[in-house]
Amino acid sequence: MTKPYLSIELLTQQFPDGAGGTLTVFENSTFGVEQGEFVCILGHSGCGKSTLMNVLAGLAERTSGAVIMDGEQISGPSLDRGVVFQNYSLLPWLSALKNVMFGVAARHPDWSKAEVQAHSEKYLAMVGLDGDAIHRKPSQLSGGMRQRVSIARAFANHPKLLLLDEPFGALDALTRGTIQDELLKIWNGTNQTVFMITHDIDEAILLADRILLMTNGPFARVAEAVEITIPRPRRREEIIDHPNYYAIRNHLVHFLGSRSNELAGQSGGGTVHTPETIRIDRTGNDPLESDDDPTHPAQLRAVNE
Amino acid sequence: MVQKIDMRSTVLSLTILLIGIFIWHVATHVPDTGPKGVVLSQTETDTLLGKNMLPEDIEYYSAQGVEFTQLEQIASLNLSRAMIEAAGGIRALGISVPDENSAPAPGSLFPSPSQIGTELWATVTDPFYVAGTNDMGYGIQMGYSLLRVLIGYSLSAAVAIPLGFLIGMSPMFYKALDPFIQVLKPISPLAWMPIALFTIGDSELSSIFVIFICSLWPMLTNTAFGVANVRSDWVNVARTHELSTTKTALTVILPAAAPTIITGMRISIGIAWLVIVAAEMLVGGTGIGYVVWNEWNGLRLDRMIVAILLIGVVGMLLDTAFARLQRAVAYAE
Ligand SMILES: Nc1ncnc2c1ncn2[C@@H]1O[C@H](COP(=O)(O)OP(=O)(O)O)[C@@H](O)[C@H]1O
Ligand SMILES: [Mg+2]
Repeated sequence: MTKPYLSIELLTQQFPDGAGGTLTVFENSTFGVEQGEFVCILGHSGCGKSTLMNVLAGLAERTSGAVIMDGEQISGPSLDRGVVFQNYSLLPWLSALKNVMFGVAARHPDWSKAEVQAHSEKYLAMVGLDGDAIHRKPSQLSGGMRQRVSIARAFANHPKLLLLDEPFGALDALTRGTIQDELLKIWNGTNQTVFMITHDIDEAILLADRILLMTNGPFARVAEAVEITIPRPRRREEIIDHPNYYAIRNHLVHFLGSRSNELAGQSGGGTVHTPETIRIDRTGNDPLESDDDPTHPAQLRAVNE
Repeated sequence: MVQKIDMRSTVLSLTILLIGIFIWHVATHVPDTGPKGVVLSQTETDTLLGKNMLPEDIEYYSAQGVEFTQLEQIASLNLSRAMIEAAGGIRALGISVPDENSAPAPGSLFPSPSQIGTELWATVTDPFYVAGTNDMGYGIQMGYSLLRVLIGYSLSAAVAIPLGFLIGMSPMFYKALDPFIQVLKPISPLAWMPIALFTIGDSELSSIFVIFICSLWPMLTNTAFGVANVRSDWVNVARTHELSTTKTALTVILPAAAPTIITGMRISIGIAWLVIVAAEMLVGGTGIGYVVWNEWNGLRLDRMIVAILLIGVVGMLLDTAFARLQRAVAYAE
């Protein structure tokens, strides 16, 4: 079996717990992400999603294990892995445009200032920012606009892997919808891989090819990988009518509601934790699928890799 | 609303100023009823000068109504005025002088607002005259002081800011240098003066050194603090963009820490300006601090007060310049 594009192998992350002991956030976690795939990771707050993302970004030193991307072990941050931070992380003394130019200039040190600016303006326009607004400082922009700038900065650099940490957490529903659409539009047609943390189930179903479900910490693990068997392009007002939508959604709710806690727990004592692949398909062409009641996720078929 | 407050505060300031000047005027007003100062003839003056009495002392006592015979007695004491005053005044030394009641009010020796106004006008209209080594326009003296501050302060910034960066970016350097900083920082700037005079020798260089050393600490500690406390999110932005350490320092850490650094520089320039006046009083020669000392010794209180006022104004201008700079680098998160 060939390795996936991004391969997380036996990843363990520990921190001192402040009382002299160690806090194991996750242990021997092993999973993969394919090239061009859009993966969302769902889990309760504090389970270690951001920690995982920091490791993938190369910002945090992992305790043990390996992260291999495109056949190469990652060490330290890289321009190939673009990050959209949970709190936008725009540089407050630079205008929106200058923030994007900061990233573009780092990626293309040989470009002239005019080239850098044109490229930056193009990506700001892509997320719906132009005119006067791009010359304002982050403090003078709304939360939604800041998030757009942050996304434009990451996308403008064409990273092979895009890491997004709860990027829409602080936005109102309307703005969130708009930016989700823009994100999909930009991602479409590139072969960029997206790894996105969210706590919003509907958002995850709308965007992801696959949803990774994380149990509660400590000793959190990616317990399941749920395939989203809803064809693209997806429109939020249409997918809710898709026969798989509520089946998948209920499965996710059920996981976060109880099983994330039941599966959580103790040190696995060296066990390798690989997620179980869950494929839910109720479109009728699946003979095993007989139960029409979507409220019984226990009936769902599980497929192991 | 803001305009209204501005207007009211201006009116209040002017009122306070006028009341202050009025009280000053009343306190220094000499009533005509008191005895006039004794006017000495040229021979009498020459006699006293011949007995080694200082011209300003002759003027001082004769203005109080002390007659020639008593002045001769004072001269024969062969004591400096400071010593006489320390001993309780001439009366305490058994020299009879005019009645206390009829003596001019003690405040009358202090210049009145109008005297200061005249002197100030003279200074402002002709700030750069040179009439001798001890008699130069206050503009020139101020220039000497500013030049010393500029040199000492620039050298200090050139050391403190890079060193502060190093300390702020490296916990190891922070730990290693912290004890030295903690001990050296609280030393009064003037306590460095004897050390400087002894080791450097040259008085000019010594005052520059004292400016250097007293400007150092606020800039050093503020730079280190600002650099160490740059939000890790911003540093992470630099890291994910693969910026080199130098590039990170210049494009992320410097602008992020700039408000704190400039605050340190503002505190330092304030201290430097306080210290140069004191240092010049000690060292003498030139500079506005020396002027204050010199006019005091010559009992030209009016000129001394003008010099003091100018020190305040220049200090305010320096502070304003840094406040501007502070606003220029400020950012809202
Ligand atoms: N640098 C750190 N030092 C100590 N503990 C940490 C550190 N970073 C995260 N943790 C702990 O790891 C756990 C997971 O945190 P995090 O990854 O931020 O969760 P989330 O899933 O909400 O993003 C939390 O219990 C947190 O307290
Ligand atoms: Mg988080």
